[in-house]
Amino acid sequence: MRLTIEDLSVRYGGTTALAGLGLSAMPGEVLGVIGPNGSGKSSLVKAVAGLVAHGGRILRGADDGAAARIGYMPQDTSTRAALTVLEAVLLGRLGSLGLRVKPDDLAMARAVLDELDLGRLAGRYLGELSGGQRQLVFLAQALAAEPKLLLLDEPISALDIRHQLGVMQTVRRLTHERRLTTVVVLHDLNIAARFADRIAVICAGRLIRHGRPAEVIEPETVATVFGVEAAMSAAPDGSLVVTPLRAVTAAAPMDGGAPEAAPHRPPAAPPPGAVIRNGR
Amino acid sequence: MSATLSAVSGGGVEAVYARLARKRRAVLLAGLAALAVSLVFDVATGPAMLPVPAVARSVLGLAQDRTIDAIVWSIRLPIAFVALAVGAALGLSGGIMQTILNNPLASSYTLGVSAGAGFGAALVIVLGVAMPLPEPWAIPAMAFLFACLACAGVYAIGSLRGSSPEMLVLGGIALLFLFQALLALLQFVASPEALQQIVFWLFGSLQKASWSKLWIIVAVLAVALPLLLADAWRLTALKLGDERAKGLGVDVPRLRMRAFAVISALTGVAVAFVGTIGFVGLVAPHLARMLVGEDQRGLLPASGVFGALLLSLASIASKTVMPGAIVPIGIVTSLIGVPFFVWLVLRSRRAFW
Repeated sequence: MRLTIEDLSVRYGGTTALAGLGLSAMPGEVLGVIGPNGSGKSSLVKAVAGLVAHGGRILRGADDGAAARIGYMPQDTSTRAALTVLEAVLLGRLGSLGLRVKPDDLAMARAVLDELDLGRLAGRYLGELSGGQRQLVFLAQALAAEPKLLLLDEPISALDIRHQLGVMQTVRRLTHERRLTTVVVLHDLNIAARFADRIAVICAGRLIRHGRPAEVIEPETVATVFGVEAAMSAAPDGSLVVTPLRAVTAAAPMDGGAPEAAPHRPPAAPPPGAVIRNGR
Repeated sequence: MSATLSAVSGGGVEAVYARLARKRRAVLLAGLAALAVSLVFDVATGPAMLPVPAVARSVLGLAQDRTIDAIVWSIRLPIAFVALAVGAALGLSGGIMQTILNNPLASSYTLGVSAGAGFGAALVIVLGVAMPLPEPWAIPAMAFLFACLACAGVYAIGSLRGSSPEMLVLGGIALLFLFQALLALLQFVASPEALQQIVFWLFGSLQKASWSKLWIIVAVLAVALPLLLADAWRLTALKLGDERAKGLGVDVPRLRMRAFAVISALTGVAVAFVGTIGFVGLVAPHLARMLVGEDQRGLLPASGVFGALLLSLASIASKTVMPGAIVPIGIVTSLIGVPFFVWLVLRSRRAFW
């Protein structure tokens, strides 16, 4: 299904989190959302998930006209619930769960647990897991819904690099195989460049750039949005590599000033040999 | 992916699920068995101690002795069964409260619902507030009414700021103090006789139990439990926090409102007939949580069963700690419950909340 966002605005009390944001995402496509802390990334995902009141329009047109199933994974995966991993993953299928859990639901829970290599943790309590394991469990919960629209808010922030790559590979593969529309908030520019088909850069509640990773992640944008001087190069496989060199200015405002107010300094020239190439 | 992957994993997840289900059933069955034993001992205990085998035969309808039959069926069984039913109602309502408020301290006692009932009862005793009801029913009716009012009050205060669990708990604490103050005021103006009657009501007592009261409590339980179990998975989802539950598709405010309605009926009917009994509603869900976790399909029935068991054991204790006298059950539950609870919390290795 195609996700279309028009003139989206989100306000919390007197604070503007998002203003006039327009964006679309296509089936079979991973849309990476990047931006500094407090830029409105989570608000965007929550608005699309229907969790916060918003202005503007969000069209989640399902291909077959049926209501699109959404799999949402929140940023905060801490919990005090005395639930096992299996129970938490089953909750992803809340709509179809009865007092007696159907074999279908159990089979789907098993499939996603295996997919993320969590099968052996199925009987463990959430409180006994590490932060990274818990993050995988909530990703499994989002996938268990068999979503058409997958919304992941920083799904790999607590993972080691092997699992970061593993999760992003899985997300990318499932997105392409099942033609999911995936929106994933990321902090790591290199992960975003490597795994997103398109990237939206958000700063101070507004969309700054939108396009293919190599078009969007370039020194000037990184300097403007993140206040970081960075060098771009190419990995052996051709994908974009961002090397942050130093913080050049104070970071962009955290609580929604106009993007024009974001400190801007002309970026330093890329070091010799820096190449920008379209990775895929 | 399910087809290809299910072949690989070899049913580990199904085995885990079966194990969890077996554990829930085992805990529930063990609790029910303990209940049956406790019930027989509760009936056998009293001013005239009856032989346990004879009581068991009488309860099962196999008795030969008409004296024992009379004592058992007309005096002791209603009391023993009311203890079970009230305990179950308190345990169940405590379990849902702790779930929907996401707070280990929540119970009808700590959040002012019992205090509300106490105020309602005192109102009848002191002011003789005329209800179109015969005397023995006026106090329970007003207690029930004020328990429901207190519940509605907690919900109303909480919903001023979006019904967040924190606001609801604060609302409950505020009402607890309000009703305690109002109750103190009534006690201050009451005649010595009325004062004594209020104090005795607040102690909690099973001695006014009867078959008709039992059926009313059982009827409320019979309606409440299926209603709650229908929401079991949604309540479980709520344990992950409001926002995540919403993300999973739960209409959180409506679920909370439904749960509050059930809580007010359960608590209201429990305290109306036996007075304020603390601790059962707090401890039983903790006990259940330690044993079966927070899948509400297991937690809610187990909270009810353990609540019933605790009150039944307290009923036995209330008749045995002071020979020749029956100590009010509300005092016994706390006196025995507190050390038990502290021991329970200290010995559990896993952080269960």
